[in-house]
Amino acid sequence: MNANNGGALLLALLLLPLVGSGLVAAMRSAPGPAKATALAFALGEVVLAGLAWTAYHPLGDRLQLTLSVEWIPAFGTRFALGVDGIALVMIALTAVLVPIVMGASWEEKLPEGRTTAGFYSLLLAGQSMMVGVFAATDVFLFYLFFEVMLVPMYFLIGRFGGPRRQYAAVKFFLYSLLGGLVMLGSVIGVFVVSANRLGTGSFDWTSLVRIAHDVPQQTQIWLFLGFFVAFAIKAPLVPLHTWLPDAGAEAPVGAGVLLVGVMDKVGIYGFLRYCLPLFPDASRVLAPLVLVLAVAGILYGALLAVGQTDLKRFVAYTSVAHFGFIALGVFAFSTQGQAGSVLYMINHGISTGMLFIVIGMLMARGGSRLIADYGGVAMLAPVLAGMMLVAGLSSLALPGTNSFVSEFLVLIGSFPREPVYTVLATVGIIFAALYVLWVYQRVMTGPVRGTAVLGTLSGGPGTTMAPEVAANRHGKLFPDLSVREIAVLTPLVVLILLLGFYPQPVLDVVNPSVGATLSEVGLTDPVPVQGGK
Amino acid sequence: MLGAAVLAQAQSVQMPAIDYGAIAPVLIVLGAACLSVLVEAFVARSARWLTQVLLTLLTLAAAGASLGAHLNAVSGGKAPADVVTLAGSMVVDRPAVFLWGTLLALGLGAMLLIADRSVEPGGAFTADAAVRPGTTADRTLNRAVQTRYAGSGSSAQSRTQTSMQTEVFPLFLFSLGGMMVFIAANDLLTMFIALEVLSLPLYLMAGLARRRRQLSQEAAVKYFLLGAFASAFFLYGVALLYGYARSVKLSDIAEASGGSDRSDMLLFAGLALLMVGLLFKASVGPFHAWTPDVYQGAPTPATAFMAACTKVAAFGGILRVLTVAFGATEWEWRGVLWAVAIASMAIGAILGLTQTDIKRMIAYSSVAHAGFLLVGAIALTQAGLSGTMFYLLAYGFTTLAVFGVLTLVRDAQGEASHLSQWNGLAKRSPLTAAVFAFLLFALAGIPLTSGFTGKFAVFSAALANGMAPLVVVALVFSAVAAFFYLRVVVVMYFNDPAPDGPTVSVPGAFTTAAITIGVVVTLLLGVLPSFALNWAALGVFAS
Repeated sequence: MNANNGGALLLALLLLPLVGSGLVAAMRSAPGPAKATALAFALGEVVLAGLAWTAYHPLGDRLQLTLSVEWIPAFGTRFALGVDGIALVMIALTAVLVPIVMGASWEEKLPEGRTTAGFYSLLLAGQSMMVGVFAATDVFLFYLFFEVMLVPMYFLIGRFGGPRRQYAAVKFFLYSLLGGLVMLGSVIGVFVVSANRLGTGSFDWTSLVRIAHDVPQQTQIWLFLGFFVAFAIKAPLVPLHTWLPDAGAEAPVGAGVLLVGVMDKVGIYGFLRYCLPLFPDASRVLAPLVLVLAVAGILYGALLAVGQTDLKRFVAYTSVAHFGFIALGVFAFSTQGQAGSVLYMINHGISTGMLFIVIGMLMARGGSRLIADYGGVAMLAPVLAGMMLVAGLSSLALPGTNSFVSEFLVLIGSFPREPVYTVLATVGIIFAALYVLWVYQRVMTGPVRGTAVLGTLSGGPGTTMAPEVAANRHGKLFPDLSVREIAVLTPLVVLILLLGFYPQPVLDVVNPSVGATLSEVGLTDPVPVQGGK
Repeated sequence: MLGAAVLAQAQSVQMPAIDYGAIAPVLIVLGAACLSVLVEAFVARSARWLTQVLLTLLTLAAAGASLGAHLNAVSGGKAPADVVTLAGSMVVDRPAVFLWGTLLALGLGAMLLIADRSVEPGGAFTADAAVRPGTTADRTLNRAVQTRYAGSGSSAQSRTQTSMQTEVFPLFLFSLGGMMVFIAANDLLTMFIALEVLSLPLYLMAGLARRRRQLSQEAAVKYFLLGAFASAFFLYGVALLYGYARSVKLSDIAEASGGSDRSDMLLFAGLALLMVGLLFKASVGPFHAWTPDVYQGAPTPATAFMAACTKVAAFGGILRVLTVAFGATEWEWRGVLWAVAIASMAIGAILGLTQTDIKRMIAYSSVAHAGFLLVGAIALTQAGLSGTMFYLLAYGFTTLAVFGVLTLVRDAQGEASHLSQWNGLAKRSPLTAAVFAFLLFALAGIPLTSGFTGKFAVFSAALANGMAPLVVVALVFSAVAAFFYLRVVVVMYFNDPAPDGPTVSVPGAFTTAAITIGVVVTLLLGVLPSFALNWAALGVFAS
């Protein structure tokens, strides 16, 4: 029972959305108040996350804000929470994205028979589970949140998603559950191994890290693979990525942002927090495997993103490419690369989240997901087009935007140890420019065209009108962004520029933890970094 | 030495010492069962239901209290933890006490479902089993039910006429008593008698459904015939083992197999036949063939009782026989039971995918779960024992609640158990759907439910015992099985309701209580399982 104020803060971060979820769920018959309550809880979570950020000392202990309560002694597991720099920034990202997502979904039309309260309640429940997964410092507890996290997302996709939502939801759930169960095998294995080493089985992360180097390499490899499959499905790495385009495309925009922006990061976070420190020898031996998958993902994801005809699937495939970069940075074993990867996770959450939201706004106007159904939208809705351009440029890592810093760090950090993979990955950047700009060009620029745009302008789908006549009828029929929508996107634009020019506050928090992770693997930087540890 | 032992045995047969305090729960249940038969004979029909319900509740409470008193005496040092009594034919050790407690608690839940007369007017059991289905008398009875259903003829007389046949209660108590003896039986003959005492009432209960009576009776006949074969196998196994060890006592068999030059052929043939009988009762694949038909045909409360309690009893027996009698020969039979466990998980998980009837689906799910249980049971370690017992407790309560919910969703023909009839249930009845979804997640083994805790306990015991490949197989089949649980969630939550779909009955107090108990225990054992895990780990089998 060594609870302190910091631990209580973390517990509050975990429980606040859960309480909110229950409260909102009870307001089935009052959609307006339900939304407002949900948003209030989400904003409260932002405040708590801010407090946690200030309470965290980057150069302090490995794990801070800890809380540990006896839970199931028979399984050697405790209800133990705590964060390092990596977990903290992920929790902060979650806290920031949820209210934005709520704002973006504020006027979304739900499928018939679904209640607003249900949607917001599930969002908050999902947020609580995501905070839990990042804050857990007990492997059992982590596994628990890792699995339970699926349930709200499953219902969000399956109940509130697009036309093929059932298929997507079940595919998502089964893929993740299969990965989770394979991981459960390894979790149990860790327990058995720790029982052999420590006398009594333990799931305590710190104790497990301490004995990690004594475990025979062969055992480590088996246990690593169990965790790896689960994380590679979640991240997702090629060839285990096929659920993401379906889930991403069918998910309602709000859930999609959380799915791609936060939930998938749990995979990469799992690599950093569990695979590397708990199985250091296996991580070094199996790194080439991950690197091959990472580079394959960068190229394959980018190539498929170019060929997509559906806007949401397009975003999903760009994410596959981005996750390749992140995995590359993690398994190149340098502080720069890993810090770049963590920063990349944040930036990807922001820029892809924004891209998702903007596409959602576009779809709310045109009613179609297909790229070919749009054209010349910039003439009708210039602010919308501008927002999409900002999100897109951030996604392709234009210097001055946030993603540039992280992508550059990943490449520069990976090059000394893995020059071949890094050079191959760099090719992906060219594709990124291609897919983002080409989609922007087809959807936003040129004369007003496309069935979705023209149909909306002439008062209903299927009707057509001469483009020049239609172009003069914008305004009410194809409105530009509303004040609410601009208010939702502004924080994201600010973050994109802020982290593009001044990423140091985040890096300061992340760097010491990344350095510690590297030393837990038993490696040092290939090239000493000035100012790093 | 041998002569002295025989002499001692002969004396104790004449004057067997009986520890009444330890076996009081069994005596109470079986005594009340006899009393309950007398109630059938002497109490007026109109008062029978109430009398039987009160008697049964009182019995379960008294049995629970006497079990508590015994536990209290043990923890106070006034009674030994392992009581071998009735000339060594029964042993009340820690696992027996845990499983007795489990059986009594599950029995209470099942009894509540059996006693309910509001969900199905008059109860899920037929009003007069002696009336043959389809005859004039049967139609008259049905009409009486219909008029009651319509609400016009709800006079006291018609209520009595259409109320369920209350012989169900003595049958239930005999069966429960048999299960309790079965778990504590220390020799194979006692075990066989207990097996028959627990089985025969179940065969009858399976045939007593009010609706779809022919299906129900067909299920009863199937269950009876296959069960009779299984009993015969069991008895043949006992005979061979007696030939081998010259005793039916579990400890004597263990001793004989420990070091002797007798024919191993007899030992392993005997074990194999014995296990066929036991695995049949536990509905472990490939001895599961009766399960889907009987689960589907039997009245749902009887199915709930069967699924929850029979499994506990059968696995209690399997654990005891394997640990006490065959622990020394573990390495000879383990490979075979590996194969059986894998077959059971595969059959349950894969055939479950193809089912369109929810009761049949749950039946195949129970076959898969039997496979998971077997994984823990063959570990033969302390962790394996406690994990398997915890799993039984967790699974029993979840299953009980599942069948409780199944009784609620109905249309004009009775229970609507076809998957398509559950379309969009969440919209029409959010609470029922949420409860059922939670229970399905528990069966699938999602964390924060008892199903996950149980799986973790069983699989960690197996892995610690060096059965990593089996655990991996079990995890894969868990994922396969999750698919069909998920399909029901999809149907309830993601599909639109059919216009002429079934209605969800408002459950009466009995069914509500049973479902509530099941759900609360499922959640509790998922979130705070320590007390039950510790209790299950208190001790091992006495021999």
